Amino acid sequence: MKPIDLNEMGAIGAIAQEAEGKWGMVIDQDLCTGCQACVAACSMENNIAFVGEEDASYGRSLQWIRIERFWEGEYPEVKMTPFQPMLCQHCHNAPCEPVCPVFAAVHSPAEDLNLQVYNRCVGTRYCANNCPYQVRVFNWRDYERPEPLNNQFNPDVTVRRRGIMEKCTFCLQRIHRAEDLAKAEGREVRDGEFTTACAQACPADAIIFGRLDDPESRVNQLSKPDRGYQMLEELGTVPRITYFKEG
Amino acid sequence: MASTTMPMEHAHSEEAHLREQHLMLDPRPRGEMNAMIMEAMHYTTWKFWVVAAILGAIVLVGLFGSWGYMIAEGLGVAGVNRPVFWGIFLVNTVFWIGISHAGTFISAILRVFKSEFRRPFTRAAELMTTFGLVQAGFSIFMHMGRVWLSYWLFPYPNQRQLWPNFHSPLSWDLLAITTYLLASTMYLFLPLIPDLAMARDRTAGGWRKNFYKVLALGFRGTEGEWTHLRNAMNIFAFAIIPVMFSVHTIVSWDFAVATRPGWNSTIFGPYFVIGALHSGMGAVIMVLAVVRATMKNMKYFIRPEHFDAIGKLMLIISMGWAYFFFNDYMVQWYGGDKWTEALLHWHEAGPMGWMWFLMLIVNVAIPWLVLWNKRWRSNPWIVFVVGLLINVGMYLERYIIIPISLTINRMPFTWRMYEPGIEIPLSIGTLAFFILLYMIASKLIPLVPVWEVQEGQMAHSMKKFGRETVVTVSELE
Repeated sequence: MKPIDLNEMGAIGAIAQEAEGKWGMVIDQDLCTGCQACVAACSMENNIAFVGEEDASYGRSLQWIRIERFWEGEYPEVKMTPFQPMLCQHCHNAPCEPVCPVFAAVHSPAEDLNLQVYNRCVGTRYCANNCPYQVRVFNWRDYERPEPLNNQFNPDVTVRRRGIMEKCTFCLQRIHRAEDLAKAEGREVRDGEFTTACAQACPADAIIFGRLDDPESRVNQLSKPDRGYQMLEELGTVPRITYFKEG
Repeated sequence: MASTTMPMEHAHSEEAHLREQHLMLDPRPRGEMNAMIMEAMHYTTWKFWVVAAILGAIVLVGLFGSWGYMIAEGLGVAGVNRPVFWGIFLVNTVFWIGISHAGTFISAILRVFKSEFRRPFTRAAELMTTFGLVQAGFSIFMHMGRVWLSYWLFPYPNQRQLWPNFHSPLSWDLLAITTYLLASTMYLFLPLIPDLAMARDRTAGGWRKNFYKVLALGFRGTEGEWTHLRNAMNIFAFAIIPVMFSVHTIVSWDFAVATRPGWNSTIFGPYFVIGALHSGMGAVIMVLAVVRATMKNMKYFIRPEHFDAIGKLMLIISMGWAYFFFNDYMVQWYGGDKWTEALLHWHEAGPMGWMWFLMLIVNVAIPWLVLWNKRWRSNPWIVFVVGLLINVGMYLERYIIIPISLTINRMPFTWRMYEPGIEIPLSIGTLAFFILLYMIASKLIPLVPVWEVQEGQMAHSMKKFGRETVVTVSELE
């Protein structure tokens, strides 16, 4: 990597250059139908507990991805705005990481992802306060898995107990499986070789996951148009997800 | 003849007036004063035991019972949710650290500046520091999701070579609060040694004798021992002042370094320090009013002059708080960030807006209206009420900064109100525990630093220059 000269490009330029990234996502809000298939798929893939009606209505649901819906105007002249799927943005400069006193929220230099080390978490919940996207969820209790959901755990994903923060991992277990396979075959992971559970389940193909460091990848090809934007980019967190709207 | 006796009577009454007003000018024999303090410790009515039993029950059920239940069930039994990840537990933490501030402030700053009125109540204030920090510690551990792993926050050598993250303000907090707890406990203990030795020499036998014997560390009152004690107290009095300022500044950094609207304010450090002093002063004056009314012989030691002096400090601190509040508000509002704007609007006009207005009334308006008047601020029960209201106001201030500010964030989809659950019995439990510890301490250790009072009285005398009675002071320390 080229040494960063702050006099030449300024701090924001330095952040952008340093932040090339490895894994990324594009989400097309014009295609999203708000069907919540991604939410269901994510819960199945990542052993996410169901908190029940009461806790969910009190803001304690554990979904790692949520479909935000907004509208403009006052009833009855209400106009829906595009759905906004919200998940961990895997910021390059993640505000959640420095505030954890025990290094449970850490950055993976190899994958350039934000990781949450469940068995290191002591539950101060500082990371969740400091996340401008509010995508971290906390295990407020030990939740029961009702029949027959107790039979469908993903063996590649840890089951979390009470008092632990969790969040989207970009399906890290799938990334590792693909990398292991690629390594065994002596090659790099190809773009589109695997995808995350949410992207896989999306019937409208609104969520696309892939490699940011491969200029030919679908994510990079789609990122070109001017209609892309990043969530709260003015905060300088350098998110890894690009949103498209009103193309 | 009448004309010659008149000035004499006048002079006498002036002297008597001064003596009645000022503890330092109203000396009593040392033996008598020591006996008074011993009697205050030993004299216990049935009312004391009733109150202690009720408080003990509240501590057992409200604090330890509820906490045990919460550890077993998870934090779901509390009211915290998304986005209000921090609730009353952290409000309590900040509140108790604030309370603990005034103890050291009164004691150390007034000792350094040699303010004579401090003498009878430094101990009462220092005890507040230690017991307040105990409650702050309870609150911070209650807040943790997995409190049984809280030792991971400490930098201890371990096989995995894992170290705490010193980038995290919570690590700074832990170090600051631990330092403050240790330093303030030692600072409480040092001036206590001569009084413990006094109690040891005036206790016939039994467990109390052994208790004082051990804690007095064999203090006999030789010149060498006094020199060592004074040196140590001097060092601590100076050293603890920066520690005290750093603690609440670091607590404020928990909020100020975060990326949240309303929290990310550069003035939070001094604003929190002055807020802590505000609530702490209120608490000191409440404690003194209660101690004076309930404990034997305390009306001699704690007099209206002390309420008057602390009342003045409270008024000044209230003005300081108002200044920092205004400064913080002004800069945030002027910044024009749309999320901060929404938050400020939420503070004032949201469903909990009454808290914001009540905070300003009890923190600013009432102290300013009451404390300017010397007669009012010399009345223990009037300043007790003012101190209570200030503490309500400061609690509301922390409540507004933490759970109410957290309901608003940059993701409007997640906005949600906070309803406290098991936090309420736990908060009452910490308050009861604080009072209970204080009550127990008042029966075990001399609540008035009697040697400091005697020292001050020896330095003060009244002399007559012509017709005028003048208070003279000799430099002692």
